[in-house]
Amino acid sequence: MRVSRRTTLAGLVAAPLVAPVMSRAAAPDYTITPTPVADGIWMITGADEGIAFDNGGAIANITVIATPAGTVLVDSGPSLRYGQRLKHVAESLTGRSVVRVYVTHLHPDHGMGIGAFAPEIVAALPGTIAGMSRDGQGFSDQMYRLLGDWMRGTDLALPGKTIGGDEEDFGGRRLRLLALSGHSAADLAVLDEQSGTLIGGDLLFHDRAPATPTADLARWRQSLAALDALGHKGAIPGHGPYDGTGRQAIAQTRAWIDWLDTALTEAVRGGMDMVEAGRMVIPEQLRNMASGRYELQRSVSHFYPMLEAKLLPRVDQS
Amino acid sequence: MTQASIRRNGVETRYPPDPLGSPMWTYHAKTVFGEDRVSFDPRVKLSMPDLAENQHCFPVALDAREIGDVRRMVIMADLNPIPLAVDYRPLAGAPYLATRIKLDQRTPVRGAVQRADGSWLVHGGWMDAAGGGCSAPPASRVKGDWAQHLGEMRGAAWPTGPDGTARTRILIRHPMDTGFVPGIPTYNIETLSLTSSTGTVLGEMDIWASVSEDPAFTIMPRAGMGERLAIAARDSNGRDYHASLIVGGGL
Ligand SMILES: [Zn+2]
Repeated sequence: MRVSRRTTLAGLVAAPLVAPVMSRAAAPDYTITPTPVADGIWMITGADEGIAFDNGGAIANITVIATPAGTVLVDSGPSLRYGQRLKHVAESLTGRSVVRVYVTHLHPDHGMGIGAFAPEIVAALPGTIAGMSRDGQGFSDQMYRLLGDWMRGTDLALPGKTIGGDEEDFGGRRLRLLALSGHSAADLAVLDEQSGTLIGGDLLFHDRAPATPTADLARWRQSLAALDALGHKGAIPGHGPYDGTGRQAIAQTRAWIDWLDTALTEAVRGGMDMVEAGRMVIPEQLRNMASGRYELQRSVSHFYPMLEAKLLPRVDQS
Repeated sequence: MTQASIRRNGVETRYPPDPLGSPMWTYHAKTVFGEDRVSFDPRVKLSMPDLAENQHCFPVALDAREIGDVRRMVIMADLNPIPLAVDYRPLAGAPYLATRIKLDQRTPVRGAVQRADGSWLVHGGWMDAAGGGCSAPPASRVKGDWAQHLGEMRGAAWPTGPDGTARTRILIRHPMDTGFVPGIPTYNIETLSLTSSTGTVLGEMDIWASVSEDPAFTIMPRAGMGERLAIAARDSNGRDYHASLIVGGGL
């Protein structure tokens, strides 16, 4: 398999496994269990792991919203098979057809299930659609490599509807659409006005270390401030458990990226190489976040060369 | 595990069996170690991340300070089309070398160090990686700005304390073309040396195109606070690159 260069420049939300996919055996079907978190809102909790054959790539949280106009989904999972199963489970749960699928951002664990839905009901921010058309093939190649048979039939699909406005009304249930950025170049957050539930996409990580393959930490901080000011009740993060306080996931995500920013800058200034930076001590107060070491090492890969180019002085004589 | 020869399956071989079970072990061992004695030793600390987030830029650190009398340090990846990455001679200083390499597929990554008596100690592990680490064009080729930045060097040296060495980091802008991208011939930094203010060569290395684009090295030559170190590198087109930095200065 020839992998495009973008595959690794953009990275994946979860990274290569330690062991490659050896088995070509058919994968079992996904188990999708929605949990009610507010009136007419269910959360499907992703596995608290990286993308791996054992979890079929189902690591991102998915939200189901029942509205008078039909069922709304926020994110669609990693594969066609997941999307199909999700559609069946969500429609059985609410008794109404899926009328809208939002894709929060370009990463494949959130958006590669959209092939199960008619393109015209799949909506995303313009920057997300641009990102998916640019990086989608690379993501797809890596997902096939990691997940094998789980991916069967999954073709690269793009959302057919570009989000322009800042809200959508589904028979009286109004969803506010917030166009933010920082985890990626375009991150959609959705606020259900009826229940006060915020669906944060990957701007929010809860009890799990944030992933940074396409991150801009300064913008991410601004987006977190915007979310903090919303006055919502509970929050559904992109990864990790439901946050009933609505504030904890925001605070945790901010604490991690603030630390990361400072720690990597200090590592470069102090003369550490990349291996050492990936092994630095994670502060006590951040150790409750799952996959911390894994995400730190990924973040070193994402940011270190850029920081070195910024912080280390020119020494050539020309 | 040190021995002149081992009889295995009725075939005489002078290398111990590879704990990593690499299909290329004996082949590479012949090239790198020749007639020298070889053993596997965990005191050769080869550190790398738990995952290859970017197979074009995979960090590796080789630390042989526990062994002491080291005269050569080699970093290699068995299943890369260019298996050798760096061959470093720490002539004066501590045996430490960190760099970044390309990974073309799942492969053993090894560090090997040669002691003053000529024997080699080896350690390493398997690392999984997506394909194409050596066969994709470097970012600066795709962007098209490689020539504008060619040879730009960044770096600094930090005094590291009682052993009188300075942690020295050197980064060079260079595409490090492997020759496996159609239409782009091999073009890489081949040698780098570090010289003290009195003209003593403190360390020198041979470098292959399996080292990542814009190579980065961390070494620990003997050098005191305020000392000026001169760096000279040459690429496969015979182009020379020079830099100088002062220990403890300028960051
Ligand atoms: Zn993401």
